[in-house]
Amino acid sequence: MTDVAVIGFAQARSERHSPATTNGVEMLVPIFGEVFAATGLTKDDIGFWCSGSSDYLAGRAFSFVSAVDAIGAFPPVMESHVEMDGAWALYEAWLKIKTGEAEIALAYGFGKSSAGHLRRVLALQLDPYLVAPLWPDSVSIAALQARLGIEAGLWSESDMAEVAARSRVSAITNPSALVAGQTSVGHLLDQPYVADPLRAHDCAPVTDGAAVVILAAGERAWELCPRPAWITGFEHRIDSASLGARDLTTAPSAAAAGAAAGAGRAQVAELHAPFTHQELILRRALGLGADVRVSPSGGALCGNPMFAAGLARIGSAATEIITGRAGVALGHATSGPALQQNLVCVLAAEIGERQ
Amino acid sequence: MTGKQRAAVLGTGQTHHRSKRTDVSMAGLCREAVDRALADAGMTAGQIDAVVVGKAPDLFEGVMMPELYLADALGAVGKPLLRVHTAGSVGGATGIVAASLIQAGVHRRVLAVAFEKQSESNAMWALSITPPFAMPVLAGAGGYFAPHIRSYIRRSGAPAQIGAMVAAKDRRNGARNPFAHLRQADMTVAKVLASPMLWDPVRYDETCPSSDGACAVVLGDQAAADAAGRPVAWIRATSMRTEPTMFSGKDHVNPRAGADAAAALWHAAGITSPVDQIDAAEIYVPFSWFEPMWLENLGFAEPGRGWRMTEAGETEITGALPVNPSGGVLSSNPIGASGLLRFAESAMQVMGKAGEHQVAGARTALGHAYGGGSQYFSMWVVADTPD
Repeated sequence: MTDVAVIGFAQARSERHSPATTNGVEMLVPIFGEVFAATGLTKDDIGFWCSGSSDYLAGRAFSFVSAVDAIGAFPPVMESHVEMDGAWALYEAWLKIKTGEAEIALAYGFGKSSAGHLRRVLALQLDPYLVAPLWPDSVSIAALQARLGIEAGLWSESDMAEVAARSRVSAITNPSALVAGQTSVGHLLDQPYVADPLRAHDCAPVTDGAAVVILAAGERAWELCPRPAWITGFEHRIDSASLGARDLTTAPSAAAAGAAAGAGRAQVAELHAPFTHQELILRRALGLGADVRVSPSGGALCGNPMFAAGLARIGSAATEIITGRAGVALGHATSGPALQQNLVCVLAAEIGERQ
Repeated sequence: MTGKQRAAVLGTGQTHHRSKRTDVSMAGLCREAVDRALADAGMTAGQIDAVVVGKAPDLFEGVMMPELYLADALGAVGKPLLRVHTAGSVGGATGIVAASLIQAGVHRRVLAVAFEKQSESNAMWALSITPPFAMPVLAGAGGYFAPHIRSYIRRSGAPAQIGAMVAAKDRRNGARNPFAHLRQADMTVAKVLASPMLWDPVRYDETCPSSDGACAVVLGDQAAADAAGRPVAWIRATSMRTEPTMFSGKDHVNPRAGADAAAALWHAAGITSPVDQIDAAEIYVPFSWFEPMWLENLGFAEPGRGWRMTEAGETEITGALPVNPSGGVLSSNPIGASGLLRFAESAMQVMGKAGEHQVAGARTALGHAYGGGSQYFSMWVVADTPD
């Protein structure tokens, strides 16, 4: 089948309160311009468009419909949308190229998380009959997950703070990051709890933003990019929605997706971990050794635009290949409460390294 | 097109569509359709490689990304699950994404599920949103589309009763379909014309109902189709096109995205004269007048002449081009599922499984859906042979 590579990536600067409307247009137009300028492409070169966003985040039906205005979709375009992170839009775009119906495809994701009370909005992802009426919010559920791991001796609050401190230092060189800077584990552990055992540094900031990734097939990828990031594995899985029926200290869907995608080869991994302990779960589930660089962008803990952050992880992982900093890189996206759904995209400089 | 794998519909299933399915949860509603589709395909959930879920806005049920909660009921745990949302065309897009998983060579057996449980809210007002910098829709989809229909009547010179003819036909067809929400075997043009005017020229009986319902389709590759040992519907071509809601020069009556999608579809399917080569068409007609409008947009009739096919009875189940033999959207409208129902019904026709609404000798059929402000189009052609 057709080989497909990431050849372009751009992301909006992560913001706590973007003045943009919830349909994403104001955040998308500049980054479309940026990625087109970098690749030399125009909208007419895009054979398939696919976006990821959420009506609930926007607080209105059909928010993605207005986002199409950012494309300039006339003459009409071949286009689709997933009510998921843009990482899954990229997956649909990858499919479209593999069917032979498109040579170049563009995926984007956007989210204005500040439009509502995010942790309350995400409670509406739960079982609507038995769980959501209790309004357990996303941070509280993550706190329960973190507590279970601490009680099981799998990690400590200090381990979690180390993840935060490392991420913030990494983000210093990332102009898109919302949170960055030198800090110490001791200082972080002196801060108060947000939801015991989570402190502010354990939780991704509420973030507005957007991201765009361009894929190209075979020869077209070589024409457009001197060092394309070839997709050698692209897999996703979902776990049960029943929080009580899952072992929340693991992520079987991440492990299965990672194993199928060839995660073990990665030299660098951009993980979509909105909470510090979730990075620890993911590293174990994906089988990432101590020598693997994790989230050199700072990751979601330093900027987590809902429905764009997973796509941005893949874009950031691809950048590691395109710039020559890595030979094999992994991008990961998650969705749902407590790492319910996970996607793994493995990228390599050499097509021949395909498993 | 090197490497594109063949894909076929192996089985279909749908719920009994009603205005309020208070007897089931959302999961129960979906399972009703899924269980029927798996039984129709002669398969079990364990044989499914991946699941694709489609539905229209989450605000209709008040659940954010309900596929997350539905993962267990759909048998998706441990598997890939995709959630599609392309407005009213989403059911069609769901079928197309599921097909592409097979055509791309990624999976062998895929389950597509689409649903809407509209009784959880009020769809008309959920659609009457006031987004910034855009014209408010007001009073639901009927208020939005009525001016386009008036424009069609003015442009085409169609007689006033054409819409009523479509409505009476689709409701009578619905009576042949055991799953239809509205089954009105005695519906007549006179009765439709006597019903209250809602959005001039759309009367009450020319309007789709608000339904709870789900549809499921099992798709497979060549090997899975061969192993099925029963009739399948081969996917000859799929097509999707999008244009913005509003822009200077937009033709709301005959949108270019629909025409482009149809042209690409016919080309990919090797169809040169759709009206001669399509045996049955399931077209997304939520308001009666969209039958003649879409006949033209799809290339079954020249612009301004679609209503003549309706008037001549050519779109009746016994006509030259039966349109919506299932009763269509005018007889059942669980919005998110309506597109996949069109796709499934087209497959049922070429599989010879449409029962009392079977079009005699149907071998090639069209499934069509549209959404948003006549701006999202998804369609496929299925046939009883692979090529």
